[in-house]
Amino acid sequence: MSLIEKSAKQLLADLSARSVSAVEVTEAYLTEIASHDAKVGAFLRVDAEGALAKARDIDQRRALNQPVGHLAGIPVAVKDILCSRGEVVTCASRILEHFAAPYDSTVVAKLKAADAVLIGRTNLDEFAMGGSTENSAFHVTHNPWDLSCFAGGSSGGSAASVAARMAPLAIGTDTGGSIRQPAGLCGITGLKPTYGHVSRYGVVAFASSLDQVGPMARTAEDAALLLETIAGHDPLDSTSVHSPVPPYSEWIEQPLEGLTIGLVREHFGPGLDEEVNAAVRDAIRIYESLGAKVKEVSLPHSKYAVATYYIIAPSEASSNLARYDGAHYGYRTDERDMLAELDAQRKALEAAGDKKAAAQLDTALVRMYRRSRSEGFGAEVKRRIMLGTYALSAGYYDAYYLKALKVRRLIRQDFDKAFEDVDLIAGPATAAPGYKIGERADDPLAMYLLDLYTVSANLAGIGGIVFPCGFSQAGLPIGLQLQAPPFEEDRLLRAAHMFQRATDWHTRRPALT
Amino acid sequence: MSDTPYTIVIGLEVHVQLATQSKLFCGCSTQFGAGPNTQTCPICTGMPGTLPVMNRRAFELSLRTAVALNCQIAPFTKWDRKQYYYPDLPKGYQISQYDLPFSSDGYVEIADAKGRFKPKRVGIIRAHLEEDAGKSMHDEKAGQADSRIDLNRAGTPLLEIVSQPDMRSPAEAKAFLEELKLLLTYLGVSDCNMQEGSLRVDANVNLHLTDERGEKIATPIVEIKNMNSFRAVERALTYESARQYDVWQETRQKLGDVPKQTRGWDDTANVTHGQRHKEESSDYRYFPDPDLVPVTVAAEEVERVRAELGELPAQMRERLEKTYGINAYDSDVLVNQGRELVSYFVDVADTCGDGKVASNWVQQDVLRLLKELGTDIEAFPVRPWALADLLKKVKAGEVDTTRGREVFALMVSAGKSLEEAMQELGIEKVDESALVELCKQLIAANPKLVADVKAGKMQAAGAFVGQAKKANPNVNPARVREICLELIAAM
Ligand SMILES: [Zn+2]
Repeated sequence: MSLIEKSAKQLLADLSARSVSAVEVTEAYLTEIASHDAKVGAFLRVDAEGALAKARDIDQRRALNQPVGHLAGIPVAVKDILCSRGEVVTCASRILEHFAAPYDSTVVAKLKAADAVLIGRTNLDEFAMGGSTENSAFHVTHNPWDLSCFAGGSSGGSAASVAARMAPLAIGTDTGGSIRQPAGLCGITGLKPTYGHVSRYGVVAFASSLDQVGPMARTAEDAALLLETIAGHDPLDSTSVHSPVPPYSEWIEQPLEGLTIGLVREHFGPGLDEEVNAAVRDAIRIYESLGAKVKEVSLPHSKYAVATYYIIAPSEASSNLARYDGAHYGYRTDERDMLAELDAQRKALEAAGDKKAAAQLDTALVRMYRRSRSEGFGAEVKRRIMLGTYALSAGYYDAYYLKALKVRRLIRQDFDKAFEDVDLIAGPATAAPGYKIGERADDPLAMYLLDLYTVSANLAGIGGIVFPCGFSQAGLPIGLQLQAPPFEEDRLLRAAHMFQRATDWHTRRPALT
Repeated sequence: MSDTPYTIVIGLEVHVQLATQSKLFCGCSTQFGAGPNTQTCPICTGMPGTLPVMNRRAFELSLRTAVALNCQIAPFTKWDRKQYYYPDLPKGYQISQYDLPFSSDGYVEIADAKGRFKPKRVGIIRAHLEEDAGKSMHDEKAGQADSRIDLNRAGTPLLEIVSQPDMRSPAEAKAFLEELKLLLTYLGVSDCNMQEGSLRVDANVNLHLTDERGEKIATPIVEIKNMNSFRAVERALTYESARQYDVWQETRQKLGDVPKQTRGWDDTANVTHGQRHKEESSDYRYFPDPDLVPVTVAAEEVERVRAELGELPAQMRERLEKTYGINAYDSDVLVNQGRELVSYFVDVADTCGDGKVASNWVQQDVLRLLKELGTDIEAFPVRPWALADLLKKVKAGEVDTTRGREVFALMVSAGKSLEEAMQELGIEKVDESALVELCKQLIAANPKLVADVKAGKMQAAGAFVGQAKKANPNVNPARVREICLELIAAM
């Protein structure tokens, strides 16, 4: 088996047995990146030099029998929204194109401490806003299974990098499904942990109350390895929870006994693609064959989830993105041009005798903010900032934001109630097996519906995992989603592993030539 | 105040910088005067991805203050984002408290020892914690506008205390501020240094008056900013009330006719002047900060804080007046000097057994010497019991007041003990029989004075005292006078 076919778990075993070196592993992945990424576009930047230096350091320490970390020598691709000291973190936005973070995010610090080899920074929708990675200011990420299709988003770069064997593990973030949806579309395993289980410190905020960092991998076992490395309470994040981090990868072999799986009545309505429906139902039958019981449950407020999400997320985003104003860091408009333009406008108005209009012109400062933001942000980001600004403005706050918070509570209560009867909720990850690039780019509302099955988990704060459960006729992966009560990541990973032991969907590899 | 045709109505907003070592949401130092941007980190400069974590100490200090202000403490309190654009506001929002402040509905009692107003209670609407913004510095030399931002102050914990519009004169406003400052000092929650911006005051002012038709009206509210001392507050309010009356007579504008105006105080020109409206609109789009977990305060915690407050100025004044029989003016002077001086006074008074004498000596002699030495009471070389011993001797007539001062001066300047100082000055107790003997000699030697006393010219007795002191500086003047009068009466 070639190095890139091996799971992270197998690679770790080989590395510690010294049957392979970290440099060999890193080189194997760098070779894949060199061969395929021009077509896939998963990475924004690849740090070959840094990765090899780290790999050499690990090999040296192993040779000297010095201690090494939990992921020593395993390449990890990181979504370009997590800060890493001294490195550019663009969030796929022009406004941060040249911004180097002065500090490490907690997750990156933990990966460094675990001796992971940080191989490169992956593409995303600008500031993680979008479900297709078409909203990146730099380039689109293509689905490795069909290069004419998008990889999903916003963690599309991370998903594609793992699917195309350009990295064994990747870090994504999930605000409304941004790990699970591209994992489903790219045929890999992606887990969104319970809100507060992984530190958000150093993760450039999109919607603070929804964002969560999580692992993306080819198998549940590998996702477990990565999760146990990055999870846990962080004193730098007051919303991170004091919850123990079990040794997920050790416990994963134990199958779940007497499992009751819930099927959500509302998940199988109109709009669900027939192939997806069939694959998901087949997957449920596999669980039944493994001894699970199936029960129908209802999440009556789930029909409001997308609407609720598109009030709360833009509201928080409008506030979180206010700091990109051209004053402190990041992109600033050409001030000389801007001042000249302002001056010319004032003179023209004064010459025309319109003193009132001249007096109402922006001040230089306001003009600087406006132009910096207009030039620095892409269309989707601007759309969401406007939505959020509107929803939070005086007179609309109660009708939109406050109402959304109330519905959010009802959505959480639906889950609490459902989990009284079942251990896990199973269902489709996406309504269809994938879309052509550009197919829906002009229809933001259709794009927002991509989050239909994933967004409730973010609103409720619970965890969810997506992994492949079949393929469409066209050869695109189909994802199954499992959701569990808060802090039951162990249950999610063990259930996914049970499935992956019984099936081989997760071992299939896109034919990139 | 009945000498004006209107009533001035004043509410104050006080921003207090809490005496914490570090900022409200990060570990940066809050020390004043460091080089620009040397006390900053990714968190307080609002770098992408950073998160705030609340400084427990800042919350404790503000809780202590709120309890001392007799406020209700909310069991659940959240943080809100107040959003506006300004270059010295790094995140594009300020973390503050909006609709659920951690404390509300308190009060402060104020009184005036000079009797300019009757003692009253000024309501506190709310007190809440928030972070400070940075500072913009504009350098416009050589025609080139150059603006620089110093974010050292960004994230410094501020306690905003908002009073009810309960004050009816500039003197009341000043008294409120002085009482508040004293309270904050007693609590040790702020250094209250107005020059360094630790205490900033904004005033909301308008007038209530009755127009020609007998209708009661209110003038538009004006907010006055940039007042750098309590004296400036008093003067600004005096100026502003007169100005508003003039404007009213000219324009007849009432409350609601024009939007609230902001005026700055120019301490040199002694006027308030209109300020340009801020760039941003007033819709701050407040919403709960999703990066910070709500703070819950248990009733037991409030009780613990209350129990640990110690005696506050108002209670202390009352105790001094009751226990030591001193008047309101004297207790005010003592309490205004701070907890340490009061405890010095109490030790002196308890040991010498005379509150009034102790009060006089502490207020006059101790305070004067502290000022001369440029030190505080904790470093004062004479401990309270030593002063009390001296006062006992003064009261017992062993040392007269004038000589007592000389003794005290020597104890302070040379660090001598009471006995050493008295010895050095040659003060020793004059035996009663020797004193009587001396008086007899003086009477025998001064028949003219004796005649004068007998004729009722009591001031002649003073001459005996003078002569006695010349003969022996240690004699007790009062006793000499008494003995002489007794002897003459018996003649
Ligand atoms: Zn800081």
